[in-house]
Amino acid sequence: MVKVTAMDVYKLLPQTNCEKCGEASCMAFATKLSEKEVDLSLCTELSDEKFKKLDDLLAPAVKEIIIGKNDKSCIIGGDEVLYRYEESYYNQTIIAIDVPDDLDQSDFDDRVKKIENIGFERTGEVLTLDAIALRNKSQNPEKFAKCAKKLKSSKYPVFLLTFDTLAMEAALKEIGDERPLIYAACEDNIYEMGNLAIKYQCPITVSSPNDLEKMKDMVFTLKSLGVEDIVMDPGTLAGEAIGDTLDNFVMSRRLAIEEKDENFRYPILGIPTLVRLNNEDDEIKKSIMEATLASTLINKYADIIILKGTEIWELIPILTLRQSVYTDPRRPQSVDPGIYEFGEVDKHSPVILTTNFSLTFYTVEGDLKSGNATCYLLVLDTVGRAVDVAIAGGQFDGKAVADLIKDTGIENNINTRKMVIPGLAAPLSGEIEDETGWNVMVGPRDSSAAAEFIAEKF
Amino acid sequence: MDQINQLLKLLENAESIEIDDFRMDFEELEINLAPAIARTIQQTVAKQEDMKKSMEKTLLKAGEFKLPIKEYSGNIAQVQLGDKSRKPVYLGGQTALYRFEEPQPNPPVVTFDVFDIPMPGLPRPIREHFSDVMDSPGEWAKKAVKDYGANMVTVHLIGTGPKVMDKSPREGAQAIEEVLQAVDVPLAIGGSGDPAKDPLVLEAAAEAAEGERCLLASASMELDYHKIAKAAVDYGHAVLSWAITDLNMQKSLNRYLMKDGLKKEDIVMDPTTCALGYGIEFSIDVITRTRLSGLKGDPELQMPMSSGTTNAWGSREAWMKKDEWGPTDYRGPLWEIFTGLTLMLNGVDIFMMLHPDSVRILREIGETFTKNYLSEPCPEIENWITELE
Repeated sequence: MVKVTAMDVYKLLPQTNCEKCGEASCMAFATKLSEKEVDLSLCTELSDEKFKKLDDLLAPAVKEIIIGKNDKSCIIGGDEVLYRYEESYYNQTIIAIDVPDDLDQSDFDDRVKKIENIGFERTGEVLTLDAIALRNKSQNPEKFAKCAKKLKSSKYPVFLLTFDTLAMEAALKEIGDERPLIYAACEDNIYEMGNLAIKYQCPITVSSPNDLEKMKDMVFTLKSLGVEDIVMDPGTLAGEAIGDTLDNFVMSRRLAIEEKDENFRYPILGIPTLVRLNNEDDEIKKSIMEATLASTLINKYADIIILKGTEIWELIPILTLRQSVYTDPRRPQSVDPGIYEFGEVDKHSPVILTTNFSLTFYTVEGDLKSGNATCYLLVLDTVGRAVDVAIAGGQFDGKAVADLIKDTGIENNINTRKMVIPGLAAPLSGEIEDETGWNVMVGPRDSSAAAEFIAEKF
Repeated sequence: MDQINQLLKLLENAESIEIDDFRMDFEELEINLAPAIARTIQQTVAKQEDMKKSMEKTLLKAGEFKLPIKEYSGNIAQVQLGDKSRKPVYLGGQTALYRFEEPQPNPPVVTFDVFDIPMPGLPRPIREHFSDVMDSPGEWAKKAVKDYGANMVTVHLIGTGPKVMDKSPREGAQAIEEVLQAVDVPLAIGGSGDPAKDPLVLEAAAEAAEGERCLLASASMELDYHKIAKAAVDYGHAVLSWAITDLNMQKSLNRYLMKDGLKKEDIVMDPTTCALGYGIEFSIDVITRTRLSGLKGDPELQMPMSSGTTNAWGSREAWMKKDEWGPTDYRGPLWEIFTGLTLMLNGVDIFMMLHPDSVRILREIGETFTKNYLSEPCPEIENWITELE
C-alpha cells in the first residue's frame, strides 16, 4: 500500500495556519497526522465533507476495532504494513482463553480466576492474557446466558462463542451492553447474527473456514446490513492443512494491505486450540502443538487467538513472541548508558559491565536485585545491542569500555580498578585490560549467576 | 362420509388438488376444512415462508475474488549439499514468497548438531537423548540419523578451540572422517568460533571430506574467508556466509566469496539467529528483507538461508530450573520450536537444531511448504463449539 504523505494530508487541510490544533502550521499538523501522532479532531476548521475525506485517507489498511468497553476493553487491527521492518505492527495480538459453559460453578469460577491472574514479567513489563472466550458447549441458551451474566464481574472483555442465534441473543441480553465480540456469523445464520450485532452494537466475527471467496461475500453481506465492526475467521486448520491456514491468513492480509480490497480490511482471528479437536495425543503434546500453531499465527497476522492451555510453560513462549513481534522497530530498545548503583555501595564495591540493550539491562538488573548484590553496574552504549551482537558489530570493544570509564567518572567513586565483564565478552578481556589499565574478571555467561559470582570471587 | 374420508386419506400426501369440469350451484356455502386439509394448507404456507426466508438468506455477491498472487523478477538459487557417498539434500530454489503463489521445490531441512567432544554443558532435555553416544561423534551422528531421522548432521569441532581442548586441525579432520564413515547424510562442518584457527580447521576438514559436498561453517568478515572459500572450491564444498543481522554486510561478504570463485549455488547465508525473546525481531526483519531482495532480483542475496536455531537453548527461559515457569522438559523444546518456526515462516531454509521433538515438529510444518494450496483434506471443524472438550 502506498503510504499517505504529509503533502496528501496538507492538501485537504484549511491551510490557514490558525494554530488552534496546537501546531505552528497546517504543514506541521499534516506531518504529525501522517505519522499518526495526533488526532484529526484537533482541527476544528474542517467541513464535514473534508473531515470525512481526511478520515478515510488516514484510516489504517486494517480497521481498528474495540472489544469491550472502558477499562475492560482491548483494541485490535490498525495495521498498515505486511512486514514489520517497513514501519511497525500495531495493536498486539489479543490472547483469549476458552471457557466452556458446561463447567460446574466452582470450576468455572476457578478457571476465570486463573486466567485473570496469569502474568509473566519481561523487560520491566508484565505480560498478561486479554480476554475470556465463553463457549456454548452445552448447547443450552439459558446456561450460556447465565455464564455470560457471571462474566460481568470479570476483569477481561468477553467473546461469546455460539452459532445458535437464540443462545447468542440470550447472552447478549445479559452482557450486550459491555460490547462483547460475537462469534460467529456463518452462512446459515448471517442475517440473524448480523442483526444482533446491530441491535447490541457489538463487533461480530465472520466464520468461513478455508473459503476466502465466501468470506468476501459474507463480509460484504454484513456491511450491506449496516454492520461496521467485523472480525474475520478464515479457519484454523491443524495437521497437514496448516499450510492452508497460513495461506488463508497471509492472503487475507495481503488483500487488505496491497490490494486494498474493502471486504478484507478487517482484523483476523485464529483458533490454535482447534489442534485439540478429535486429537488422541496426551495433554502435553496437545499443548505443545497448540503453542506451535499460536506462534505460527502470531507471526502471520492473527489479531486474536483463542487458546485453551493455561499452563505457564505454554504461555511464556507465546507471550514472549508476541512482545517481540510487536516491538516498534523505529524505537531503539535501549536504556541510558552510565552508572547504576545496587545496594549501599562504597569505595570498594564491585563493578560489573553490561550493555544498554534493554532486555540485557533489565535481566541483569533483576538478577542483581534478587541476588541482593551490592555493586556498581556500568552500562555501555551499544545502540541497544546484546553483548554478543555488539561485539560482532564493533560497538563493544576495549576502546568503548575505556571511554565509558572516562565519561562516567567511575574512577572517582571507587578505589579499586577491577571489573567483571559478561562471560560472552571473554574474548575481549585482554583488550579491555590494555585500553583501561583495569583488571578484568570474566563473569558468568548468564547473569543469573552474577550476584553469587561477585559475592564469592570479587 | 366413508367416501369423503377415503378422499381425505388420499389427499393427505397431496400438495394440491386440480379439479376439471366442475360446477357447483348454491345460495349459501359454508366450508369446513377437515384437520388434514388444514394441516396441508399450513404446511404449504410455512414452506413458502421458508423459501422466502432462504431467498433472503442468500449471500450477496461482493464481486470477483482473485488470489493475491504476485510476480517476482528473481528467484532463489538451489544449493545441493551432499555428493559422492552422501544422499544429497537440496536447499532453496524458490520462485515466489508463498506457496499459494508457487510451492517451493524443496522443503526446509533440519540438521542435528553433533560435537567432537562430549558436551556436559548441554541442557538436560538434550543430554537425555544423547548422553550414551557423546564420547563418539560418529555414534552421535548415527543416533541422530537412525533414531531421529536426521537428513543432515552438523559437526561442530568445538574441541579445536584454543581455550577448549586445543585439538589440531588434523584431529578435527579425523572427527569428520569418523562421522563420514558412520552416516551417509550430508554434513555441515563448524569450527570452534576462534577466528584465527577456524579457517585452518575448516581447510583440513574440507580436504578430508573431498568431494562430499559439505557446508563449511562459517565464512565471516572477521576471519580469513579467502582460505575457506578456496578450500570449498578446491575440495568441492559449499560455504556458509555469516553476517551479523546486517543486510549490507551480508551483500559484501557474498560478493567477496563470489570473487573468490564460489557461485550462488555454492553459498548459504546465515543472517544470524537471535533467539526468541533475545532479539528474534531483528532476525525476522533481516531475513524478510533478504528474501524479498532476492526475489526482487538482487543477485547478491539470492541464496538460501540458514539458522543456528540451537541458540535458543542459551535463553534462560529454555534451560533455567525455575518452578514458577514450569518444567524445562517442555519449555526448552518450545523455545527452540518458536525460534526456528518463526524464522522458517520468514524464509529460512536450513535449521541447525538440538532437540528431537523440536526437529520433528519443524520438519512436519516445513513439509507443507512444498504442497499446493487446498491440496490437503480440510479437517471437520464446523461443529467445534460443541465438540471440543
